[in-house]
Amino acid sequence: MPSETEQKDRANWLGILARARRADIEAVWPAHADPLEFEWLRKPQPGLVMVRGRAGGTGNAFNLGEMTVTRCALRLADGTVGQGYVQGRDRKHSELAARLDALLQLEAHRDGLLAQVIEPLRRTEEERRLERSRKAASTKVEFFTLVRGANPT
Amino acid sequence: MSAMSQAPKLLAGFADPVFDAQAVFRTLMSAIAYPGRVFTLEREVEVPAPLSLSATALCLTLADFETPVWLDGKAASPEALAHLRFHCDAPIVGNPEMARFALIADAEKMPRLIEFNQGVDQYPDRSTTLIIQVPSLTEGAEKTWTGPGIKGSIAPRIAGLPAWFWDEWALNRELYPTGVDVIFATGNAIVGMPRSIKVER
Repeated sequence: MPSETEQKDRANWLGILARARRADIEAVWPAHADPLEFEWLRKPQPGLVMVRGRAGGTGNAFNLGEMTVTRCALRLADGTVGQGYVQGRDRKHSELAARLDALLQLEAHRDGLLAQVIEPLRRTEEERRLERSRKAASTKVEFFTLVRGANPT
Repeated sequence: MSAMSQAPKLLAGFADPVFDAQAVFRTLMSAIAYPGRVFTLEREVEVPAPLSLSATALCLTLADFETPVWLDGKAASPEALAHLRFHCDAPIVGNPEMARFALIADAEKMPRLIEFNQGVDQYPDRSTTLIIQVPSLTEGAEKTWTGPGIKGSIAPRIAGLPAWFWDEWALNRELYPTGVDVIFATGNAIVGMPRSIKVER
């Protein structure tokens, strides 16, 4: 069994690959990841996943809605299995994620790929999120109530 | 080496999950509709030891996250378990009574039929369907089968069953409409035996 930290690391990079856009992954695609010999265990297949939510972190879980997810799994010659679960219906995107996942599990490639691929993708994602929250913040409206006599502090 | 590669090597499922599963399901329906006839599944699929091609293809077609699967001691190899978990998402249960499908690789030592889920009168469809892997479908002792789907009678020769099997089958038939259904499998061939079939001992 993989150790807990290994599992956490893997969950972390799988999450980054899942949220990244395909164009972003292709922009940082490492040359040595091509060509890669692999066999499909599960060819890319789009499907629906029920997203569940919980109000305030304490309420009961409820079904928020369904989202489209494309998944695939492949096996390298040495038996390493790469999984790709990505948002949307882009089959190629899930394939790229699965290939990177397989390579990231190999000690020989891990550190290089983390620095060259995963870290830039994480930064892009963070910038995109900040950008969006800035845009949202700039439209923020402060409401206050006019109380006869004085404004509430 | 990565930690993942210590687990049993995962095998590929159907090359084309939709059409392959449909083709296998169609063949299985024919096998159930015409009990005793040998049908072959004309599909290629990677097979985990010790399962046969037909048993593997049936599992990939029938089992999913809603169908608990029970495997006998021989069928429950690490390869087969990994295969079923990965491709079918099927829960593996330790009690034959809980199972929707039972996969039996060592027919000689299989549990009695009554130990599997028999279904209930309101829901006879909830009984366990047994997939029994046998050495041969054509070289065993000849038995005469009669019942719905068989014109007159048919004489399949299922090999490798325990001595008590056909006595138990007669009891299973008396439970109608509850009781288990059986699919015999070997190589890429299957024979269906639904609970309505009468077999002369």
